[in-house]
Amino acid sequence: MKLAISARSSDLGAEVDPRFGRAAYILLVDADSKSFEVIDNSANVNAFKGAGIQAAATVCDKGADVVLTGYCGPKAYQVLNQASVKVVNDVTGTVEEVVDTFNAGKYTYATESNAEAHW
Amino acid sequence: MIISVASGKGGTGKTTIATNLAMSMGRSVNLIDCDVEEPNAHLFIKPESITRTIATTFVPRIDTERCTGCRACAELCQFNALTVVGGCAMVFAELCHSCRGCYEICAEAAVREDFRELGEMIRGYRDQLRLTYGSLRVGEAMAPPLIKQVIAAGKDDNPTIIDAPPGTSCPMITAVNQSDFVLFVSEPTPFGLHDLTLAHETVKNLGLPCGLVINRCDIGDEGLRNYAHEQNLPVLLEIPFDRAIAEAYARGILLIDHDPSWRPRFLTLYADISAMMSQPA
Repeated sequence: MKLAISARSSDLGAEVDPRFGRAAYILLVDADSKSFEVIDNSANVNAFKGAGIQAAATVCDKGADVVLTGYCGPKAYQVLNQASVKVVNDVTGTVEEVVDTFNAGKYTYATESNAEAHW
Repeated sequence: MIISVASGKGGTGKTTIATNLAMSMGRSVNLIDCDVEEPNAHLFIKPESITRTIATTFVPRIDTERCTGCRACAELCQFNALTVVGGCAMVFAELCHSCRGCYEICAEAAVREDFRELGEMIRGYRDQLRLTYGSLRVGEAMAPPLIKQVIAAGKDDNPTIIDAPPGTSCPMITAVNQSDFVLFVSEPTPFGLHDLTLAHETVKNLGLPCGLVINRCDIGDEGLRNYAHEQNLPVLLEIPFDRAIAEAYARGILLIDHDPSWRPRFLTLYADISAMMSQPA
């Protein structure tokens, strides 16, 4: 399983960034080996509009199976849903803690976005 | 000639000036209320023979049978209104600015024309005045596409007065950009001066000639007049702070109907603007 986790910095000890589209980094972590790839999301941090759409399209292209983040907006959710990528919202802690919690089967997949669209 | 009435600050008297100027003229005239988020000129004009038209704008629709997921459209779009997921383009219509670039660039003819509703265009008449205004659909984020359509429908060869939206962002610029002259309305307060300065800077960048109406001219301080003097911004009309004027406004009564002595002053205002426009710059 490939997990895409929004993060404030670029290592496994990083705090989860509550924002998905405008997170500083998105870490693509292999749930079993904990090996990871860093996606630098800085281009989207200051995007005028559509940051969530771009971030979602990027993790889809990278072959993520699950997105774990704080808040996922409706447009990002729509993209992820289209690509059959599952979403877990309201995630807190460090990236490594999130991977462990995921492996322990303690998360529930979202059935809709948990943040309003904003302009 | 198209005169747009603008201000940085809201609530300075744009609609008062636009409606009274248009109704004073005693000839065929167009009044266009471009404040599509909060139109109010009709409350004073009380137009008759009203017609309403739904205004729409282009948005793409993807033919999923034809789309190869080549990304040409998504890479072209500057507003992220298209993205490619799972080998097929996906549209976010509310982000689309209707440039039709995706429609032009698609080699597979997979981008089809669809439409997003912008709101309503409303047309009505009173005496020799033709009023056109727009009402933005609740939930629509972009005012300029509707403002452009309202102006196109509302102007003709007769003199045209545009009541512009407040502020200095895209809706205001869209409304004033097609005019020949910008008439600012402000009040002599620090807020009035601050926001007028922003609006004036904006209009200077557009290269349009302009003048100033000072509303509530007997309150505040000298800052606005000093600014107008320094900037060679001619003060074309002053209206005092008068409770009777405010009461008439609150009842939807035009200043020129409340006190007919104002009509010649608005006619002079129009004559002064015409004279400024006929002089070589």
